[in-house]
Amino acid sequence: MAEHGSSSPTADGEHAGETRRDFIHIAAATVAAGGVAAVAWPFVQQLAPAADTRALSAAEVDVSKVPLGSEIRVLIGGVPFFVRHRTDAEIQEARNVNISTLRDPATDDSRLRPLPDGKLNPSILVTSAVCTHLGCVPLGPDNGKVGEFGGWYCPCHGSQYDTSGRIRKGPAPKNLAIPKYVYETPTMIKISL
Amino acid sequence: MSGPSTYEPKTGFTKWLDARLPIVRLGYDSMIDFPTPKNLNYWWTFGGILALCLVIQIVTGIVLAMHYVANTSMAFASVQHIMRDVDFGWLVRYIHANGAGMFFLAVYIHMFRGLYYGSYKAPREVLWILGVVIYLLMMATAFMGYVLPWGQMSFHGSSVITNLIGALPIVGPAVKTYLLGGAAVGDPTLNRFFSLHYLLPFVIAGVVILHIWALHVVGNGNPTGVSVQDIKKDTVPFHPYYTVKDGFAIILFLTMFAVFVFFFPEAMGKTDNSIEANPLQTPAHIVPEWYLLPFYAILKSVTFDIGPIPAKLLGVLAMFGSILILFALPWLDTSKVRSMRYRPLARQLFVLFVLACVGLGFCGANEPDAFVFKTGKDRLQVEYSDANGRAQTKFFDQFSEANAYKESLPTAAGASLQVAESGFKWKWLSQILAAYYFIYFLVLMPLLGVIEKPKPRPASIADSVHKRSGSGRSSSAPVAAPQHAE
Amino acid sequence: MRFITLAAAGLATLALASAGLAFAQEQRPAHEFGPEHLDEPEGGWSFEGPLGNFDQNALQRGYKVYREVCASCHSMKSMSFRNLGQKGGPFYDPEFPNPNDNPRVKALAADLTIPAIDEETGDEEQVPAKTSDTFPNPFKNPAAARASNGGIAPPDLSVITSAREGGASYIYSLLTGFRDPPAGLTVNGGQHYNVFYPGDTGSQWAGDPRLKPPGGFLAMPPPLKADGQVTFDDGTPSTVKQMSKDVATFLAWAADPKQETRKQMGVGVVIYLLIFAVVVYLSYRRIWAKVEH
Repeated sequence: MAEHGSSSPTADGEHAGETRRDFIHIAAATVAAGGVAAVAWPFVQQLAPAADTRALSAAEVDVSKVPLGSEIRVLIGGVPFFVRHRTDAEIQEARNVNISTLRDPATDDSRLRPLPDGKLNPSILVTSAVCTHLGCVPLGPDNGKVGEFGGWYCPCHGSQYDTSGRIRKGPAPKNLAIPKYVYETPTMIKISL
Repeated sequence: MSGPSTYEPKTGFTKWLDARLPIVRLGYDSMIDFPTPKNLNYWWTFGGILALCLVIQIVTGIVLAMHYVANTSMAFASVQHIMRDVDFGWLVRYIHANGAGMFFLAVYIHMFRGLYYGSYKAPREVLWILGVVIYLLMMATAFMGYVLPWGQMSFHGSSVITNLIGALPIVGPAVKTYLLGGAAVGDPTLNRFFSLHYLLPFVIAGVVILHIWALHVVGNGNPTGVSVQDIKKDTVPFHPYYTVKDGFAIILFLTMFAVFVFFFPEAMGKTDNSIEANPLQTPAHIVPEWYLLPFYAILKSVTFDIGPIPAKLLGVLAMFGSILILFALPWLDTSKVRSMRYRPLARQLFVLFVLACVGLGFCGANEPDAFVFKTGKDRLQVEYSDANGRAQTKFFDQFSEANAYKESLPTAAGASLQVAESGFKWKWLSQILAAYYFIYFLVLMPLLGVIEKPKPRPASIADSVHKRSGSGRSSSAPVAAPQHAE
Repeated sequence: MRFITLAAAGLATLALASAGLAFAQEQRPAHEFGPEHLDEPEGGWSFEGPLGNFDQNALQRGYKVYREVCASCHSMKSMSFRNLGQKGGPFYDPEFPNPNDNPRVKALAADLTIPAIDEETGDEEQVPAKTSDTFPNPFKNPAAARASNGGIAPPDLSVITSAREGGASYIYSLLTGFRDPPAGLTVNGGQHYNVFYPGDTGSQWAGDPRLKPPGGFLAMPPPLKADGQVTFDDGTPSTVKQMSKDVATFLAWAADPKQETRKQMGVGVVIYLLIFAVVVYLSYRRIWAKVEH
């Protein structure tokens, strides 16, 4: 071990030595770089939501308890959602809109999810409660302010949504998002983040 | 820095920057071109290892602080949250917890190296003192960090330590109350300890910069203790020669570290700290982490009063004194020779000193009145008070005899039957070793410089290296320092 | 000079002799069993050693023992039902990487109720537990736990194997260590003699104090009294030893659920570091080859 590395360099030996030296140094630097990258991973990944936070990413809501013409607000992992029990007039209003005039065209039916028997339930509308402009929570029927289109009114910058949660007026670019949810029974929905 | 800067900016940008903020020059001069004695052995790699330890502790600590809750009702649960729910939380916490032990292991080796090779002697006194400051800050940081998981040992350990400070005369009680923020360890204590535990590592980093600055003014010592005379012959540039050597040592150190983290993560921990703090119940054995045990042993070794000073205060003073004595070390050592390689007597006493420190560690972990070893058979003793009310003790070998004697005594005698053990107590061992600790610094070090006859030293570093590698390695290499084979 | 050398030699001899004698006496067992000599199941523990694993069937049986026997008094505050279905857990199923979707875990949670607040009335009610809920606490609060157990609250079992010397072996020994007290040992009412409990029998021992029995007294009555107390779903005969072994395995897993991941990662990390060390050593030899040092 002690001798072969330090043999006196001849012209040829010097050249061969240079090549191996380069290789071993590059190898060492490569292994070091790989190690640093591998160490960085857990330190970044620890910032991700923890398992207990992830476990709270779904909630069940009994829609039969939402009063007609009103809504309830649900927090799932800190994110708010609207569950609204629409009156017949509100459903009609949502359906009678000319889709082509909308900023973010969508039919009312496309914003509903089927019951366990496959039919749509137009009386219950479930949307995200986050204004698509800058993330405020719009005012609704229980706050006494629903805007010109009967849905929701955002107090921050005046975005107005209709009874299907579609953007109609103001700075917001998109309709209120429809979250992932399913009807587990005709009256019980499960909303997931 | 020693010698003029050899940095020459090459590109337009580096020239521009160098004229305004010569930061690249600073880095180049202190980490690339810094002339370093070519004969440093592996004991000198621990400086680099320690720098890495500090970085590891700060990075993992910042991550843990993102998930930890400094509140007595939630602290223990938040640690469990880190261990169970946070992605890689268990890894980060185990690195941090074991990293503290690794940090102290490295710092002790670094300090013993400094002691052996006389690294504290002129002109390196300030370098040494800054090191002792870092060590003190490390102890404070480690102590406060140990309180945060809010286990039984966290709680009762911090009670004991703050009570020690309370034992100091005049200022003690006030300082204790200010530390605790209440009558006992509680929420205010936990919050301020968390705050300081987060702050102090950055103070350490600041003092480390001063420590390295001082090092770069006077330059590295070396195993011969002979100063650098000719930069060309005696030194090599720090990079790549010592970056690669330190790098190799760091990888070996990290391998040992990894074995602890992944396979024995609780080996340095205490089972009692997995029980949530309960102020109403102190665990059977209160012991600090292993790296503070020698000082704890010195504290416990003082069981006697001296004049008006009670044992408790004396123990506290001895403990603090054992650390503060290190500040005076450069002036306690009167020898003209730096390296113990050339000081035969000092070397033997140094080995004993290391053994004494390790022995004190064992003393700290054991009950003072437990026996290191027992002598003879256990006997029985009956203790009672005689008719005049004087305490009497009678010894027996047979239980039947002892019991019969006890029964024969009147009730008023208040007789009791116990095992009488004899042997050598940990307390006594710690007293001997603690005495040696102080004698080593206060008596032997000043004395040796006068009475010891050092061996001849090499004329220069280059000379010592040449002799060793040229003439089949002379036998002058010290036993305690493994030499690099070549 | 000579005096110093002699004193130093004396000190060294003393230190070595102390260490040697202490070691020799440490090796001599006082009893065949006792807190210092814990019992282990035959064949040891599958999860010990750098490559050890938890046996999933043992974990499932252990959970059943905990649920049917221990859980009536002992909480596990750090454990949630979802933990049972996480990777390496008793009910982990590769089909359900998210334990919250695992039907067995959901069913185990729904078997039990936890206190909740009725959103409409504000009244307290009991609702079926969800996977995200922690294991229900057998007592409403610490005072109730103390009151029902003679003044001492039963310890939480979340990290019990980390909190006791001996870990799983301690749990196993304690559960199998209840014995009839030897003649001369008085057991007070509400106490139970256990040869492995780290207590002191001295004050209640009438005989020679040098021969006092090992162990101590604890308030917990023997929880696993008879073979067949718990019916195992996989048909394993539920002897007291088997139940003790399985519940100790479950508790060891619960205290350290990342153990398998940790060890697997550790093997990779150590191999990487050793390769790294070799490469850097070669690089080091190359760089220093031409320097006399």
